[in-house]
Amino acid sequence: MADAGSLINWSLLALSPPGWGGVLLAGLWQSVQIAVGGYALGLALGTGGAMGKLYGGPVARDLLEVYTTLVRAVPELVLILILYYAGTDLLNQLSAALGYGTVDVSGLAAGIFVIGVVQGAYSTEVLRGAIKAVPAGQIEAARAYGMSPGQIMRRITIPAMLPHAIPGLSNLWLIATKDTALLAVVGFSELTLVTRQAAGSTKAYLLFFCAAGVLYLLLTLVSNVLIGLIERRYRRGMAEPA
Amino acid sequence: MSDQTVSALALTELPSKRSFFKPHRIVLIVLAALIVFSVVWFMRWDWVPKYSGRLAYGIGVTLLMLASTSILGFLLAVPIGLVQVTGPWPLKMLARGFCTIIRGTPLLLQLWLLYYGLGSLFPQFPEIRNSFLWPYLREAWPYGVAALTISFAAYEGEVMRGAFAGVPKGELEAARAYGMSPFTAFRRIWLPRAVHRALPTLTGETVLQLKATPLVATITVIDVYSVISKVRQETFITYEPLLLLALIYLCLTAILVVGFRWFENHIPTRGA
Repeated sequence: MADAGSLINWSLLALSPPGWGGVLLAGLWQSVQIAVGGYALGLALGTGGAMGKLYGGPVARDLLEVYTTLVRAVPELVLILILYYAGTDLLNQLSAALGYGTVDVSGLAAGIFVIGVVQGAYSTEVLRGAIKAVPAGQIEAARAYGMSPGQIMRRITIPAMLPHAIPGLSNLWLIATKDTALLAVVGFSELTLVTRQAAGSTKAYLLFFCAAGVLYLLLTLVSNVLIGLIERRYRRGMAEPA
Repeated sequence: MSDQTVSALALTELPSKRSFFKPHRIVLIVLAALIVFSVVWFMRWDWVPKYSGRLAYGIGVTLLMLASTSILGFLLAVPIGLVQVTGPWPLKMLARGFCTIIRGTPLLLQLWLLYYGLGSLFPQFPEIRNSFLWPYLREAWPYGVAALTISFAAYEGEVMRGAFAGVPKGELEAARAYGMSPFTAFRRIWLPRAVHRALPTLTGETVLQLKATPLVATITVIDVYSVISKVRQETFITYEPLLLLALIYLCLTAILVVGFRWFENHIPTRGA
């Protein structure tokens, strides 16, 4: 058998080709872009969804319930496949019907859309729980002051619900970064897929998968530090969580 | 992850059956029935009978994966949670590092690291190649089971840490006052109380685990997801197999949720 020293060939991780380090970092950048985009889209969908679930009409509520139930019960991998194919297919048919011919959907946009729709259901539930944790009396008091619904939202509900929402939302961010790995299955070259390609062409499987693991871990740890700072700011004046 | 976050990620309650017959719901149900009818009528389902045997086999593999990895993972989670509360510091650091690393990297990457990484490393050692384990290590499923077990253990280990730490001190002191040895106190009081406290999160964690199982299809384990992929490759049908797959997972989740609810209702709880 080969001895331990020759099993690890560090020059494979060099930034410039023939090393694969630059490719891995480019993959990480793609992953981060998708995670940020998908998370932002998810937050937007989630805010709308939580509002709809709490204050919407009966039909909107039921439809949102169907949305969150489906997304929470079906594996992300299956949802990503369905949304990826159905989304690009629908867009193509739509543009063909409008007479623009087929459009070439960029992998990045498709990835953001897919992750965003999944995250939207999760953040709907997180935000709904957080808004429900705001004491009803505070909102009633705001209404008694004659504030409009928009003002109540801006002045009372959002600041009061944020401390409850931030732990859940930060978990969702970490999940978004990890869910981007699933896009490897539909062939989008984010970190996990380029790692597999690098590993496959150099046969240094352990080295590359460990390197990618370190990159993901760094992303998580840096996020954790930032989340800690944000959480401290929004929990000002509240009791320490047990 | 807190209980609320888990229930935001995984279905833990079925929608209530109450007031199914409000006027708007009847309209929605009629619309849904129309959609289901047109899906059944206008899309192609003639492949289902041909593949039904393989689909049933795939569902069996998925359920087997889910059950074995959840049980093994939970057994692993108990010591991981325990040493983080009471262990000596090297073990504590080790358990905490394990949880951080596993929870900080995607499961897909861990799976591929085990399958491709270890799978390419093992054949280099003649000791392993000649051992009785080799016929198993050449297959894909041990790596899938290992990755899913480790992941479940890391997530549930964090839950168990909270559960062990949350058992009231007075109960443990009372056990000591009765003259129980530390091990007896652990077996009779600490562990049962901690497991009881961790049970509510178990529904969500298990549904999350079910949602993670299709990843093993990427390392050639033939579960229900990989049967559906096979159907799509052989018949060139894009959507119908995926819709059926989503329906299958929906039903499995619903069965899990109902099963856990029944189970929870049959565990005696005092008060609350």
